[in-house]
Amino acid sequence: MNIETYEKAFLSLGGVLLVACLVALAYASIAMGIHLPGRAGEVDPLTMRAQAPFDNPGVRETSPGQYEAVVIGQLWAFVPAEIRVPAGAEVTFVATSNDVLHGLHVEGTRINMMLVPGQISRNTYTFKEPGEHLIICHEYCGVGHHTMYGKVIVE
Amino acid sequence: MYQPIVFDTAGYRLPENQRKPIRWAIYIGYLALTAGIFHGLAQALSYANIDILAYFPALKSYYQGLTAHGVANALIFTFSFSNGFLPLMTARALSQKLVSWMLWTSFVLLALGNVLVIYAVATNQASVLYTSYAPLQAHWTYYFGLVLVVVSTWLALANMLVIWNRWRKENPGERVPLLAHISVISYVMWGLASLPIAVLFLGFLIPWSIGWLPKMDPLLGRTLFWFTGHAIVYAWLLPAYVSWYALIPRQVEGKMVSDSLTRFVFVLFLLLSIPTGFHHQYTDPGISTTMKAIHAVLTFGVFFPSLATAFSVMASLEMGGRRRGGSGLLGWIRKLPWGDPSVVAQLLAMITFVFGGITGLINASFTMNQVVHNTTWIPGHFHMTVGSAVALTLMGVAYWMIPYLTGRGLVGKGWAVASSWLYTVGVLIFARGMISAGLEGMPRRIYRAQATYTREAWDLGGALTGIGGTLMFIGILVFFIVIAWTVVAGRKGEGPSDIPWSETLRPPAKTGWEPRLDRLVFWSVVAVVLVVIAYGPFFATYLPPNFVSPGFTVW
Ligand code: HEM
Ligand SMILES: [Cu+2]
Ligand SMILES: [Cu+2]
Repeated sequence: MNIETYEKAFLSLGGVLLVACLVALAYASIAMGIHLPGRAGEVDPLTMRAQAPFDNPGVRETSPGQYEAVVIGQLWAFVPAEIRVPAGAEVTFVATSNDVLHGLHVEGTRINMMLVPGQISRNTYTFKEPGEHLIICHEYCGVGHHTMYGKVIVE
Repeated sequence: MYQPIVFDTAGYRLPENQRKPIRWAIYIGYLALTAGIFHGLAQALSYANIDILAYFPALKSYYQGLTAHGVANALIFTFSFSNGFLPLMTARALSQKLVSWMLWTSFVLLALGNVLVIYAVATNQASVLYTSYAPLQAHWTYYFGLVLVVVSTWLALANMLVIWNRWRKENPGERVPLLAHISVISYVMWGLASLPIAVLFLGFLIPWSIGWLPKMDPLLGRTLFWFTGHAIVYAWLLPAYVSWYALIPRQVEGKMVSDSLTRFVFVLFLLLSIPTGFHHQYTDPGISTTMKAIHAVLTFGVFFPSLATAFSVMASLEMGGRRRGGSGLLGWIRKLPWGDPSVVAQLLAMITFVFGGITGLINASFTMNQVVHNTTWIPGHFHMTVGSAVALTLMGVAYWMIPYLTGRGLVGKGWAVASSWLYTVGVLIFARGMISAGLEGMPRRIYRAQATYTREAWDLGGALTGIGGTLMFIGILVFFIVIAWTVVAGRKGEGPSDIPWSETLRPPAKTGWEPRLDRLVFWSVVAVVLVVIAYGPFFATYLPPNFVSPGFTVW
């Protein structure tokens, strides 16, 4: 066989592999419902503390088994610092930043989003097992960055 | 009938007054690399819970040092090298003198930009990390210094385009030599890709930092940054690919497989590198999931030319290994010139890049991205791409290019070979640590040694990061000593008299579709059209800017 045949075989195989990866990706996002945060509205960081929902950060039940956690990231803490929900709760995080960029990663889950001043971040996750998860600010936000964390406690 | 990838096989040397600014630009690059790794070591040890920041009395914080590491190693090192290397390759390939004033101005702007950035970072007025995310607000000298660095790359590009056009006029109907084609395309891609970041710095960050613009739009800032930011990684990588495609075959006594495929691969990079930036913003608010999905598909697309590269480069290596007496399915690998410091660095670079590429595909898969985004998985990944595929290759190139540019023989060959092995073993341990702890949620960009929270599951990964990082540090120090020693005390007259240009198995076609691969303007227009498709809908629905943020200097 000459080299061009090998080359075509290699590239076709690679192409098939890439397409297979994309199909898996489509399956995961459509059939398994694994979504990214998207457009969820804008907010003015200077006046947001006077407007719903960020005038009242915290977690509340919106319908049986479903919760909304309104979280504000600010230098260098999450408000609220602790979120308690029962096991099995489907929690929608609605979050933004008061000042600079922050991250919001609920460790061990796929709640992983950027908090950008001016934008509302939103994503949903079901906490099946009781336990404790750190909420980590994983975007650099100044000298206190490594002290900024919170907790989700699933009871 | 083999075809040389340079125009004149008898050799061509740039005059000394042009070699000098090229040499100096490249020195700046290797100095930046070496300066950057000191805090790199501190970072790796911090992840192992060992705090050596007290030994850096000049630093006010971990993040000041991290800014220096990112800027020096990812931006200054890479672009200083390319500013020297790519024009040098183009000039050699075309046997054309460069334009002296452009060469010198490019060098002076690069140096001046460095001075401003060093001033701003060293005085702790710019601890914003290399990503420069607003609303963290640096001193204007930081932004302006980086702009000067970018302008210096534009001048390098302009210089290459001038001699490209001059050569085409002098040689009507001829195919442009391959080495010139891929060198020029690399920087044409970067020239287009750098426009959004120029808009960000000149249009927003600089006016905002001096008070003309009272407020900034943070999401627009991030988007403009990553509009350039994915392509920037290809701007780092393509000069390494130039070496793998065009120089390494000669260094291992092989040939280049295909002229057309190589040109085609670089054209694909020109087209696909830019419209993929949202894969850095999968977890951002304010950008529709549809746009993110489109960029995901294009990101998988830009993996394809890298696959083609893997095939071509490997085939050249095999040809060389067999020529040198290797036999059997894999016996040729052992026969490669493992004692040649330049070759060994680049072979190891290719091996680590396999892992860099695989982890990159995982990042691009947006469902998985939510597991790894901003965890230490990410630095684990990119120390195997820019931090070794590129860094090791540029070190390998130094082992012949510094002797070539100075005329001095390389000293400490054995040490040079050892440096690459040390670095490679180090980076593999380092990446294993960062990747595994990242999967457990360990965040990146954290002064871990002083963090107020931790997880036991991070301890093993953190320790491996510290061990690997230490080996990497020693590897680069040895590299630096070898190069510095060569520059100062290498024996005169022992440097190579020409670059290691290769030959392709067949000459490039003069008819058919293939000559169209040389049409820079045409392909640039296609690239711009793709970019408009990939970014147009976002800007059309997002603008005008959402100016909400005053500046913060919280460090
Ligand atoms: C001795 C060698 C090196 C060591 C020990 C090292 C270590 C590290 C560590 C531990 C981090 C993560 C810091 C954090 O997230 O807090 C990091 C970040 C980084 N490194 Fe390196 N590194 C080395 C060489 C390099 C090289 C050669 C490059 C590129 C050419 C590079 C580019 C980067 C970049 C771009 C970042 C991200 C900075 C940021 O998050 O702002 N590093 N390095
Ligand atoms: Cu933070
Ligand atoms: Cu990217």
